[in-house]
Amino acid sequence: MATKRIGIQTLRLENPPSIIGTASIVGPKEGEGPLGSYFDLILDDDTWGQKSFEKAEARMQEEAIKLAITNAKLSIKDIHFLIAGDLLNQIISSSYTARQIGIPYFGLYGACSTMSESLCLGSMLIDGGFADKVVCATSSHFSSAERQFRFPLEYGAQRKYTSQWTVTGAGATVLSSTGNGPYITYLTPGKIQDYGIKDANNMGAAMAPAAFDTIIQHFKDTGYTPDDYDLIITGDLGLIGRRIVVDLLEKEGYSISDKFSDCGIKIFDGVQQDTHAGGSGCACSAVVFNSYIYKEMIKGNINRVLLISTGALHSPISTLQGESIPGIAHAVTIDNLSS
Amino acid sequence: MDNMTHKEYQEYVKKKVPKPPYLKNSIRAFITGGIICLIGQIIRNFLFRFGLGEKEVATGTSIILVFIGSLLTGLGIYDKIGKFGGAGAVIPITGFANSIVATAMEHKREGYIFGVAAKMFTIAGPVLVYGIGGSVVVGLLYIIFFSGR
Repeated sequence: MATKRIGIQTLRLENPPSIIGTASIVGPKEGEGPLGSYFDLILDDDTWGQKSFEKAEARMQEEAIKLAITNAKLSIKDIHFLIAGDLLNQIISSSYTARQIGIPYFGLYGACSTMSESLCLGSMLIDGGFADKVVCATSSHFSSAERQFRFPLEYGAQRKYTSQWTVTGAGATVLSSTGNGPYITYLTPGKIQDYGIKDANNMGAAMAPAAFDTIIQHFKDTGYTPDDYDLIITGDLGLIGRRIVVDLLEKEGYSISDKFSDCGIKIFDGVQQDTHAGGSGCACSAVVFNSYIYKEMIKGNINRVLLISTGALHSPISTLQGESIPGIAHAVTIDNLSS
Repeated sequence: MDNMTHKEYQEYVKKKVPKPPYLKNSIRAFITGGIICLIGQIIRNFLFRFGLGEKEVATGTSIILVFIGSLLTGLGIYDKIGKFGGAGAVIPITGFANSIVATAMEHKREGYIFGVAAKMFTIAGPVLVYGIGGSVVVGLLYIIFFSGR
C-alpha cells in the first residue's frame, strides 16, 4: 500500500530527510555573476589544470561531492549511496566521479532536471529506510556541452536570442535521515511534456509546458497555493520559458510572478554577461540551489522553497533527425520545518 | 494548457520570441564582409606588383586569406569577429578557414586521426560536397550548351 502518495503524482515524505551539507563549484564566468559571493569555490581557469574539458567537469563534480561531505562533517565511508548525472554522452562525468568516490552509485540522465531528480530519489531512499546518508550531485561544463550539442568554441557563429549559456559548475547535496533541516517534505516527479518544439536553441519554450504541468499538479495534489511558498524557482527555463510559465499559470488562476524565479536567470547578468536567454545545464539549478537557496534558507531569509529543475531530453542526433524535444520537470519542496 | 494543441503552442511561442534586429545585423554583416573583401583586394594589388599573372594572384590571395582566417581562429579572435559580423564573417574564405581550424582545434584531445583529421570537416564538409558537386553540374551544363561555340 503506497501510503505516502497524495493526489495524482505527489509524494509526502513521512520522515523528511534533512539537508546537512552542500557544495557548489563554478567556473570564472559564473563567479563573476550576481550570485558570485554564494559559491564555495570559483575556478580561475575552467580546465582546472586538466587535459580536457570533460576531465575538468568530472573533477569539479568529484570535488563538489567531497566538499559537501566535508561540510556535513562526515567522511565518504559514512555515505550509503551516490546519485548523480550529467549532460555528456553515457554520463561519463558522473561515472568517472563515482569511480573516485567508491560507494554504491546510481547514474541518472535527466539532462538539466538532474538536481531535483536526484533529490527526489535520494529522499525516497532515506524515507523508505534504505539509507541514512545519500549524496545527490550533478555537473555541467560550457565547453564540454557546447562541443557535444552545438559548435566548436572558436567557430564564428552568432548565438540566437533564445539560446542559453551552459553553466560551468558542479553542485552536491548531502541528505540525511537525521538533522536540523532544511528538510525535503514533498516530491512531485514530473511527466514528459512535448508540444512539438524542435529548436534546440529554444529549450526554454520546450521545457515550459513540463514546468507548468508539474507546478500545477503539485498545487492540486498538496492543496498548497503560491502563498505557501517564499520562493518558487525553476531550473533553467531562461527568460522566454519563464515568461511562458507565468503566462500559462495566470490563465489557470495562479498569480506567482512576484515569487517565481528561475536559476538560469539568477545566475548570470544577462546584459553584462551576454548570456542571451539565461543559464542552462545540469549545474544551473545545482549550483544555485546548493549555494544561494541553501544558504538563504540556513539564514532564515527564505523558509519554504519549491525547486523545479527542468530538463530538455533531446540528443544531437534527435535534433538532426528533426524530432521534437521532450521536456521534463521534477518539483521538490524544501522546508525549514519538518512538517 | 490541456486545451492547447501543439500547433497553437508553437504559434504562441513564436509570439513570445523577440525578432532578431535584421537591419542592424545586415549592416554589421555588410561592414565585416566588406572589410574582409577590402583586405583581399589590397593583398591582390600587392601581389600584382610582383609581376604575377592573374591565376597566381588569385591563388596567392586565397592562400593568404585562409592563413589569416586560421591564425585569427587560433588566437581566439575570429569567433568574436563572427559574433559581430554574422554571415559577413562566415561567407568569405576566412570563415571557411575558421570552420575547419576551429573544429580541428576542438577535437585535438581525441587524437590526430579520429579527432583532428576525422572531425575537421564536420562544418566545412557540406560546403565542400555541395560546392564541388555544384561546380561539376555547372561544368556539365556549360559543356552541353556552350561547347563548340
